[in-house]
Amino acid sequence: MMKLRELTLKETHDLLKAGEIGVVELTREYLDAIHENNPSINCYVTLCENEALNQAEEAQKRLSSGEENSALCGIPMGIKDNMCTYGVRTTCASKMLENFIPPYSSTAVDRLLKKGAVMLGKLNMDEFAMGSSTENTIFGPTRNPWNTEYVAGGSSGGSAAAVAANLAGFTLGSDTGGSIRQPAAFCGVVGLKPTYGLVSRYGLVAFASSLDQIGPLTKDVTDCALVMDEVVAHDPMDSTSVAWENGSFTEDLEKGVKGLSLGLPAEFFDSALDDGVRKAILKTIKLLEEQGASAQETALPGIKHAVPAYYLISSSEASANLARYDGIRYGHRSKAAKNIDEVYRSSRGEGFGREVKRRILLGTYALSSGYHDELYNKALKVRRIIANEFARAFEQFDVIIGPAYPTTAFKLGEKLEDPLKMYLSDIYTAGVNLAGLPGLVVPCGLDDKNMPIGIQLIGKPFSEKLLLRIGYAIEKAVGSFKALKNEGRA
Amino acid sequence: MEYDIIIGLEIHSELKTQSKVFCGCKNEFGGDPNTQCCPVCLGMPGTLPVLNKTALEYAIKAGLAMNCKISRFSKLDRKNFFYPDMPKAYQISQYDLPICYDGYVDIEVNGETKRIGIERIHIEEDAGKLVHDPYGQGTLIDYNRCGVPLIEIVTRPDIRSPEEARILFETIKSILEYTEVSDCRMQEGSIRADVNLSIRPKGTEAFGVRTEMKNLNSFRSVQRAAEAEAKRQAEVLRKGGVVIQETRRWDDNKGESFSMRGKEEAMDYRYFPEPDLVPIVVDDEWLESIKRSIPELPQSRRDRYINELGIPRYDANLITMNKRVADMFDAAVAVCGNAKTVSNWIMTDIMRRINDKGEAVLDSPLNGKRFGEILLFLEKGEITQASAKKVMDEVIETGAEPSEIIEKRGLKVQRDENLVLDAVRKVIQSNPQAFNDYVSGKEKAFGFLMGRVMGELKGKGDPAQVKEVLTRELQAASS
Ligand SMILES: [Zn+2]
Repeated sequence: MMKLRELTLKETHDLLKAGEIGVVELTREYLDAIHENNPSINCYVTLCENEALNQAEEAQKRLSSGEENSALCGIPMGIKDNMCTYGVRTTCASKMLENFIPPYSSTAVDRLLKKGAVMLGKLNMDEFAMGSSTENTIFGPTRNPWNTEYVAGGSSGGSAAAVAANLAGFTLGSDTGGSIRQPAAFCGVVGLKPTYGLVSRYGLVAFASSLDQIGPLTKDVTDCALVMDEVVAHDPMDSTSVAWENGSFTEDLEKGVKGLSLGLPAEFFDSALDDGVRKAILKTIKLLEEQGASAQETALPGIKHAVPAYYLISSSEASANLARYDGIRYGHRSKAAKNIDEVYRSSRGEGFGREVKRRILLGTYALSSGYHDELYNKALKVRRIIANEFARAFEQFDVIIGPAYPTTAFKLGEKLEDPLKMYLSDIYTAGVNLAGLPGLVVPCGLDDKNMPIGIQLIGKPFSEKLLLRIGYAIEKAVGSFKALKNEGRA
Repeated sequence: MEYDIIIGLEIHSELKTQSKVFCGCKNEFGGDPNTQCCPVCLGMPGTLPVLNKTALEYAIKAGLAMNCKISRFSKLDRKNFFYPDMPKAYQISQYDLPICYDGYVDIEVNGETKRIGIERIHIEEDAGKLVHDPYGQGTLIDYNRCGVPLIEIVTRPDIRSPEEARILFETIKSILEYTEVSDCRMQEGSIRADVNLSIRPKGTEAFGVRTEMKNLNSFRSVQRAAEAEAKRQAEVLRKGGVVIQETRRWDDNKGESFSMRGKEEAMDYRYFPEPDLVPIVVDDEWLESIKRSIPELPQSRRDRYINELGIPRYDANLITMNKRVADMFDAAVAVCGNAKTVSNWIMTDIMRRINDKGEAVLDSPLNGKRFGEILLFLEKGEITQASAKKVMDEVIETGAEPSEIIEKRGLKVQRDENLVLDAVRKVIQSNPQAFNDYVSGKEKAFGFLMGRVMGELKGKGDPAQVKEVLTRELQAASS
C-alpha cells in the first residue's frame, strides 16, 4: 500500500480536502516514520510531537469548516534549525545556542503556521549554515537517505534529507552560497533559492545578511510553487524585503518551454565537472530542446572569482553577525570565565566550532584596516562584475542552465579535512547569491553510484515563475523525483 | 612661549522621536531597567533593524539648521566593537556617507560673530548602560537606552579658546532645542560632547598632536576640561616633552584628566555597509517639506529682539540662547506690552532663579503668561517691585493666579492720600535724628525716611507718591 507520507504535498492536500484522510492521522504517520528512520538519517534535531499533534487538530478543524483552503493547511513540515521558532529551541547546530529558546518566530515560519502547516520539528544543518555537508554540527552528521554512507549536502542537509526520506511534506532551508540547492541536488529533491528579498529574513539567524535567503525544499516542482505562494510576502520587519506582484507561482507551470532560450556558461562545464553529472545535465538540456527550447553556449568569465569573493563577503558579514554571541545575554557562557574579557574569549572559544571560527577569523581579517581595500572592497567589486555579467547574459537568454555542484554527494568525512576543496566546489552556486538571483535545482538523473544529480536553472530577479515552469517541464521529461527514486532503488 | 589652542567638538545628542531608531520600543527616559526593550534592540538572533524615518528627518532638520548640505544618497554602516552594553557587538552608525555635511554655526563671542565649520552630522544608535549591582559584586546592564536615536555633530577645528568651545556647545544645544529634535537634558546625558584639542606655537601653521576627552555633559565641564588640557599640553611642551595622541577621561570633581588609551591601542572598528538596511535616498519633495518645518532659529530671533523690540544685544543673545526662556519672553511681552521691562526682569529675576534652581523653574506654574500679568500690574503701578517678586515666588510655590495672590495678600499699591500723609507724618515725628540730618543737608537721610514710610505702608505705597508727599512734608516741617 502507498504510504501517505510518500504523496506529494499537492496529492496530500487533495486527499485532505476530500476528507479521505485526516490531518492527525497524517501527522502521526510522519511522526512514527521519524521515530523509525531519524536515527539512521539524523535530519531532525528537535521533534515537536505534542505541538505538532495540537496543530494538526487545529488544522483539521479549519479544513473541515472550510475556514482555511490553503494547500499547506494540515501539511506536516520541517524547519531548518536556523529559523527562530517561538518556544522551540533554535540551535543553529551550535553549542553556542544549544539551549536558546526564542521568544519570537521568524516571519517565514509564522506565515506557514498561520496557514495551518504542522511543524514536526527542527532540522539539522552545518553550524550557523557554514558548510556544504551537514557534518559541522553538534548533533552529528545528517546522512543521505539514498545511501547513508554519503553526506546529504549542506548547509540545509537536514531539510533536503527529510524531504528525500519522506519525513516531511516539505521543508524550509536557507541558502547563502548554495545551501538549499546543493543538498537538494545531493538528495534528489527540488530546492529553490528565491530572488534576494522575496522571502523575509526576519527571524532567520543571520550568517551573511546580504546573501542569506530562505527557500523551500519539496518533493516536486508543483509543491515548490505551492510553498512559495504562502511564504512570499512583503515584511515590514525586514527592510530588504520586496513585494511580489506577479501572481501565483503555480499558474505558469504547464506552459512548456517552447521558444525559450537557455544559456550554458562554459565556466559551468569545465574540467572540474564530474562526467556523470555533465552527461545527465546535457541529456536533460537535449530533452528541453526537443520540446522547442533553444540552447547555446555562453560565457560568464567573472564567475571564476565568485568563490573567493563569496567567502570574503560572507565571512566579513558573519564576523559581525556572530559577534553578538558573547555569553552576556543568552547562549553559551563559559563557566571558567572570571572577568569580562574571559567571558568573551572563553564563551566564544568553547561555543563555536572550528569552521565557524575559521570564517570569523577570515572575515575579521578581511575587514581590518590595511586589508579592507585589498580584500573586502575588492570582493565587492567582483560582486558587481558578476552581477553585471549575469544581467548581460539575461539580455540574450531567458535562463542560465547548468549543474548545481561539480559532483554528486560525497562520502561522510571525505572532504572534512580539506576545507579549501570544499569551498571551491561552490563555484556554480555562490555567484547566484552574489548577484541576488533566483536559482532552482530539480533532480534530473542518477550517477553510476545511484546517487541523484540535480540541474540548476538561474534566472533574472523575480523570474521564479519561469524557473518553475522549466523545472516542471524537466520533471515531466525525466520523470518525477519519486520515479527517479524508485528507479534508483530498483 | 605662547600657544594657540585648536579645538574641535564632537557632540552626541539623543533625538526625541516617539520610538527608538530601529524598533518600535518607546524612546523614553527612565522606566525600570530593561522594560523598554524588544528582541530587535536587544540584538537577538535573527532580528533585523528597520530605520525610523522620523529619526532621519530630525537629523536632516538639525543639519539644515546648521547650514549643512544634505546627502541625497547615504547609507548606514556597522561599527564593530565588543562592549557589554552593545548587544549586537556592533553599533549601526554612518561612516563615509553621513546624512549631513559641510555646514556651519555662528557663535557670539564678546559681542562679535564667529563662524565655526560643521564637518558632518551622522545618525547612529545609543548603547545601554552599565550599572553597578547594588546588592552584589557584579555589574548589571540596563538596555532601555539601547537603540535610542543619536546624532553625532562633528565640528571643524575652528575653535580657538575654551570659552569658544563652551559657547559653541551652548549654541548647538540651543539650535537643537529650537528645531525640537532633541530635549537636550544634560543631567540625563541626552547631549554630551567630546573635546579634541591641540596647541601650536603662536604664529605657526601646522596643527600639534591632539588629544580627545570624552563624554563631557555640561557647558562648564567643556570649558574647564579644555582649559586644563591646554595648560597640560603647554606644560608638557615647556618641559621639552611631546604630546601623545590619546583618549583622556575628564574628572570634573578633581578638575583634571587621565589617560584612557593611546594611539597604539586605537580601535579598528572594521566599518562596512550595514547589509540589513537599504541605502537612504532623500528626494526633493521630502527635503523641501523638512525645510518648511524649521522654525525661527535663535540667531534670527535674537536679531528680531534687537531690531524690533530694542532689547540690548547682550540681553537678546542670552534670552534667545534658551528657547524656553525666549518663549517665556514672547508670552510675557504679549501680555505686558513692555518688552524692555520683560527683558530686564528675565535678565535679573528669571536668570537668577535658573542659576539657583536649574531649568526646572521653566516647568513651574510661573509661565510666560503669568509672568507677563505680574509685570503688567507693575507697569500700571498697581504693585511694587518688592510685591512683584513676592507674587512670583508664590505663583511658583502654589500655582495660584497672580491676581488672586495680589487680592488675597492685599498687595495692591496704597494710594489713599490721607493714609500716606498719616504715615509720613508719623515717621517724621518718630525719627527726629534722621529729620535733623536731612535738614542739615544729609541726602542719605531721605532714603532712610522713605524706607520707613514704605514699611509703615507695609510695602504697598506707590514710591512716586510717597516721595512726593515726603518731600513736601519735610520741606513744610523744616521751614
Ligand atoms: Zn526595541
